[in-house]
Amino acid sequence: MSFMPVILWTDALIFALLAGVLALAWFIRRHDHLRAPWEAVAQRPMAMGAALVLGVFVVIGLLDSLHYRQRLPDSPADKPQYSVEVMSAFDALVGGLRTRQEKTYSAPLAMQLYAMEFVERDGVAVRDYPRLQYGGAHLQHAGDRASDIARRSLAGAAQGALAGLLLFAGLAAWQARRLRLPVGTWLARWRQGGLNWPGRTLVGMLALLLMLGGAMAQLASGYHVLGTDKVGQDVLYISLKSIRTGLVIGTLTTLVTLPLAIGLGIAAGYFRGWVDDAIQYLYTVLNSIPGVLLIAAAVLIVQVYIESNPELFDTAAARADIRLLALCLIMGMTSWTGLARLLRGESLKLRTLDYVEAARAFGVSNARIISRHIFPNVFHLVLIAVVLDFSGLVLAEAVLSYVGVGVDPSMYSWGNMINGARLELAREPAVWWQLGAAFAFMFALVLAANLFADGVRDAFDPRLGGRR
Amino acid sequence: MFAYILRRLLYAIPILIGVNLLTFALFFVVNTPDDMARLQLGVKHVTPEAIERWKAEHGYDKPLLLNAEATGSAQFTDTIFFQHSAAMFVFKFGKSDDGRDIGNEIRTRMGPSLAIALPVFVIGLLANITFALLMVFFRATYLDLWGVVLCVVLMSISGLFYIIAGQYFIAKLWNLLPISGFAGGIDGLRFILLPVLVSVAAGIGSGARWYRTIFLEEIGKDYVRTARAKGLSEIRVLFHHVLKNGMIPILTGAVVVLPLLFMGSLITESFFGIPGLGSYTIDAIQAQDFAVVRAMVFLGSFLYIVGLILTDISYSWADPRVRLQ
Amino acid sequence: MKPLLRVAGLVTEIGHDADTLRVVDGVSFHVVAGETYALLGESGCGKSMTALSLMRLLPDGGRIVAGAVQLDGQDVLALPERDMRRVRGGGMAMIFQEPMLALNPVVKVGHQIVEALALHQGLSGQAAREAARGLLDSVGVPDALRRLDSYPFELSGGLRQRAMIAMALAGQPRLLIADEPTTALDVTIQAQVLDVLRSLRSEKRMGMLLITHDLGVVAENADRVGVMYAGELLEEGTRDAFFASPQHPYSRMLFAALPHAIPHGLQPMAVRSPAENSGDGARLTTIPGQVPKLDGRMRGCRFAPRCPFAIARCRDESPDWQAIGEQRVRCHLAGALPQRSAPVATPPPHSTQAAQALLQVDGLKVYFPIRRGFIQRTVGHVRAVDDVTLSIQPGRTLALVGESGCGKTTVGKALLRLIEPTAGSVVLAGETVAARNAATLRRQAQMVFQDPFSSLNPRMRVADILLEGMDALGVGAADQRRAAVALLLRQVGLPDDAGGRYPHAFSGGQRQRIAIARALAVSPRLVICDEPTSALDVSVQAQILNLLKDLQDSLGLAYLFITHNLAVVDYLAHEVAVMYLGRIVEQGPAAQVLRAPRHPYAQALVSAVPRIESPAGQRAIRLAGDQPSPLNPPSGCHFHPRCPHASGICRQIYPDQTALGSGHWARCHWVAAQGQAFTEWSVN
Repeated sequence: MSFMPVILWTDALIFALLAGVLALAWFIRRHDHLRAPWEAVAQRPMAMGAALVLGVFVVIGLLDSLHYRQRLPDSPADKPQYSVEVMSAFDALVGGLRTRQEKTYSAPLAMQLYAMEFVERDGVAVRDYPRLQYGGAHLQHAGDRASDIARRSLAGAAQGALAGLLLFAGLAAWQARRLRLPVGTWLARWRQGGLNWPGRTLVGMLALLLMLGGAMAQLASGYHVLGTDKVGQDVLYISLKSIRTGLVIGTLTTLVTLPLAIGLGIAAGYFRGWVDDAIQYLYTVLNSIPGVLLIAAAVLIVQVYIESNPELFDTAAARADIRLLALCLIMGMTSWTGLARLLRGESLKLRTLDYVEAARAFGVSNARIISRHIFPNVFHLVLIAVVLDFSGLVLAEAVLSYVGVGVDPSMYSWGNMINGARLELAREPAVWWQLGAAFAFMFALVLAANLFADGVRDAFDPRLGGRR
Repeated sequence: MFAYILRRLLYAIPILIGVNLLTFALFFVVNTPDDMARLQLGVKHVTPEAIERWKAEHGYDKPLLLNAEATGSAQFTDTIFFQHSAAMFVFKFGKSDDGRDIGNEIRTRMGPSLAIALPVFVIGLLANITFALLMVFFRATYLDLWGVVLCVVLMSISGLFYIIAGQYFIAKLWNLLPISGFAGGIDGLRFILLPVLVSVAAGIGSGARWYRTIFLEEIGKDYVRTARAKGLSEIRVLFHHVLKNGMIPILTGAVVVLPLLFMGSLITESFFGIPGLGSYTIDAIQAQDFAVVRAMVFLGSFLYIVGLILTDISYSWADPRVRLQ
Repeated sequence: MKPLLRVAGLVTEIGHDADTLRVVDGVSFHVVAGETYALLGESGCGKSMTALSLMRLLPDGGRIVAGAVQLDGQDVLALPERDMRRVRGGGMAMIFQEPMLALNPVVKVGHQIVEALALHQGLSGQAAREAARGLLDSVGVPDALRRLDSYPFELSGGLRQRAMIAMALAGQPRLLIADEPTTALDVTIQAQVLDVLRSLRSEKRMGMLLITHDLGVVAENADRVGVMYAGELLEEGTRDAFFASPQHPYSRMLFAALPHAIPHGLQPMAVRSPAENSGDGARLTTIPGQVPKLDGRMRGCRFAPRCPFAIARCRDESPDWQAIGEQRVRCHLAGALPQRSAPVATPPPHSTQAAQALLQVDGLKVYFPIRRGFIQRTVGHVRAVDDVTLSIQPGRTLALVGESGCGKTTVGKALLRLIEPTAGSVVLAGETVAARNAATLRRQAQMVFQDPFSSLNPRMRVADILLEGMDALGVGAADQRRAAVALLLRQVGLPDDAGGRYPHAFSGGQRQRIAIARALAVSPRLVICDEPTSALDVSVQAQILNLLKDLQDSLGLAYLFITHNLAVVDYLAHEVAVMYLGRIVEQGPAAQVLRAPRHPYAQALVSAVPRIESPAGQRAIRLAGDQPSPLNPPSGCHFHPRCPHASGICRQIYPDQTALGSGHWARCHWVAAQGQAFTEWSVN
């Protein structure tokens, strides 16, 4: 084999989570009353557009979670040796982005380095901006740059548009067949918004994304679209790699939160008495400690552990990964209290409802009452909390990285990007692209998550009714 | 009322003990003084003697809980737990790893923290409520719809962006205000302005949206219809009836953070170079100064609990239906 | 006479596009100054929406599409919003159903009244306060000056509704719209509030639009009546004409569905199925089917699908108004409906006294501790149930009657040990019930709850709901339970496929059937019914009552029927126990307690029920004040502060039972004294 698959802890958890989500989706599909609110979500253009963007992020994140180590080319066949560098399927896909490294900073789409250097020109050493090794290297003259960029963008956008059109045609044919309609009728319905899902928004959004992706791909093959960082690495590549970190923090943290919040919250509300007192005590204590400090303390502990047990981690990626996992664990431990309190209140209300009384009149056991009467009726709150928390966690990562208790400094993350580049704004001219890229990517993910969460909340929270 | 407050204060003691034990476990049991010393000294200088010296310097060379060598009450008092954790109950925070008195530091740094945090709190609350009321007034129109979208956009932007962009544009490019720094008195105003502005802007998205939901929930209630049936104008209904009810969850939600204002904001203070408790904490975390972190954990918990008690009191003050028992 | 309010062709819609509901469709009527016009209808018929349209206070998404509303000749719908505000409160004022929700909880009552005074009469300061006090006085709020500074939660339900009325009067309106003003109140309080409204109307010569679902309230208060159904007005007429001979089939069926003693000259029509006709004459008439959805365009008469007289024309052509004497009606068959059949006497409930009681309760007490002070010491008890003794024979119904807060529901829950009783013994089928044999108890006794919407888990299929009890108690073999579910569904009259569906697919009445089936699933011998029909409309209530009666006949069930609705009691119960403040004050055979109550409280309770029969000669007994809090009950007889016959002894000594023959007894010194006098007199 030319490579060895590597399953990091977070990879395993992410795919377990994916499997869990798929199983849940299958379960929901088979139950009308569970499916109904999701169908309401599916009818909201804003939520579905956001879901599409989220989907793109998720796909990149998942591809980036398939890790492997390349076999060293000169290692013997019977005793293969593998590179210490852990790569992912995503790295293999983008190929050149990763390897085309410059010397140091360069602006987006630039041909020259950010800093002046002595370059040999006609045998004389002149102080000038040297040409980049890869960015715009195919161009003869600097003057060709603008037209080349325009040509590439247009070509990429056109390719994207074409791909979108093809997809749309396929969709139309499939849908028309499925609904037993003439394609023309389906198209007319689609145009008038007469479908039971926001067809126009989704198709438009998809086309836009494809065009953007096409243009990016075209440009990226010849330039550093978002410039390069201090060590000359492509900022676009770093930003894309950071997606996985953000997703992991946003999802795995809630995975830790949920059992605690659901178990303790419902138990406190349902059993009341001393159980309630104990759980309330626990979460008041945890709540009262400033979150950042608790996280800081715990992260330091993990760091000490990693440093004193280096033999447990064979690669740098594994070390960074365990720290990421630890961060998720710790953030989960500190953030379950809010949801638990909410569920406690709801369970207090539910336990007095007549159907719970009726179950008690039959002598149904507490475990059964909780699993059949309480939990299914607070599940929507859990779901709303999960989607609402996601964006907050992604944003928190950046702040924690700034404080120095975030992910491992060697890990690609928006927080590390911002942290590493914030002082460069003071330079003349300012190095803004690294910050800009990190903020823009983070904004796109968080905005999409927030808009989607809004749709979910509106559909699931009965109190809001039809209000927006 | 008095009995209630007294009971709540007594109830706070087990919570503070819990916090104390938790931090003690985190900082001395899971993470032993040896580990701390190693981390502080750096990999290069670690020798058993250096570790011992470092521990002795910082008073970490004692047993954790029980000093078998000592006699009498010193068995319990001459321990790490008693001297470093239990002492906090009387607000004796001891010395930081660089040898300064933490209590003294806290006293001098509270002022600057409050100078930023208090205006942010007050102006932020007012701005959020105003924005939320505006959206509610124009509810079910495009103004409201776009207001909500704006809120979602604002809350999707990282807090760091507000700070960095504020510093870059307002201070660096346009030279309107100093980038960072702090001064006392009236002169300090120009230093305070930018951090306050940035913090309020960063909070308005989520704040206004949350308050809007609260107001909307109120406005759907029957008493609002009664008020309208009396012939009251929409403005009066909104300000007199809806606001009065909506302020109950808003105020009580805000009161809990009131004492925590002393702690300042970690990020804002650090970016703007405010010599407050927030930047003190961040510096301590980055310097891995455990004594300071422990002190701040205890202080934060204490203030949070005070906030909880204040919340209950403010509830009974804002809502006539609540009587403290 | 020039009408005060004239409504013509009012059409109101709610929602947008495909979701549009036409909740009011072409309603026309008028109200003359000094008269009460009652809009009668079941829930969802559009009567409240009509009122809100008049005030232009429709909820978000609602709009008036067509029609005219004139108040004193002024076109209300054409007014700009600014002028409309003067009309609201000033021209017409409105009071709402639930006074707790309709008053601002954090603003003092006085202030809420002063606000209206300031707006419409320009009063302020002390003058406004004086006026507010005067208003509270005029609606009979005792100690008005102190009440001005009370918050709504500090007042009882009746006082709150009075305060609400005072607020509505502050603008000196010419028209008062009362939207179900007494539905949320207890019967004795309802009587007080209706009295206030009646006297105010005649005193101030206001027009009144009374919106209600209660035929009794209409009969006692209205001058003219309009019946609404599915957004339309179906019938209109003077009260006397309407009650003498309702013309629309829907109106007639409403009367027939009511479980009260059948009024003179008014009998259920022949609308029963053959099966119903065959035996039991006491069955109530039910209206089959459901109210149509208001979304689509409807053809023909809206009631046609449920009407037993409908002809082909009814389904195609919407009927026009037809005048019949003082009435007018929208029915193609107006005046041509068959004459109503002769009265069917209700056979008295068969009084087969079984040898052994199925349920024997002795000295049941449920106290809830009150904790106070620094260490949360128990400083007292709320005596929710205080020494209740009762028994039920197999196959019979005992009705536990009382107003809200009297402890009747607590009795029911304590019997099933859903609440641990403080003291007392419960013997069920010869076995003393204790915590250890709770499972046996639960197979013998089950419960049906009040609100069919909160008593079924929305996340469970109906079949699973029915299986739950069988699974938990291990009733029958596991493989036979599915078959049992099908049988149960058939028993309560639900379609066979109901088991696979979720509760939200069913209407309120159907849900209550599911709840009954759930209780029956473990084949109990006693079913505790906690107000099972009070959340339902009259026509649906009739279905449920019929079902309960059928089940009793076929399965020999005993019922403990907890209710505040005396009409239902009359229909269903063999025995009645009247509860007041945790104690039973009178108990006996239903006919005796309801026809000739002896305890002053029971007398007041019975006389407070609004009746359709004109209460000629019978002087209504009105109780003063409210039921005191069980936290601090009056000494001696709990009822003495409100009792018209109270004497010194009542304040000190809790009266013993006075036997009144055939198992009828009351706890009252006054009754005891009368009995003594009676005995002495008969001996002499």
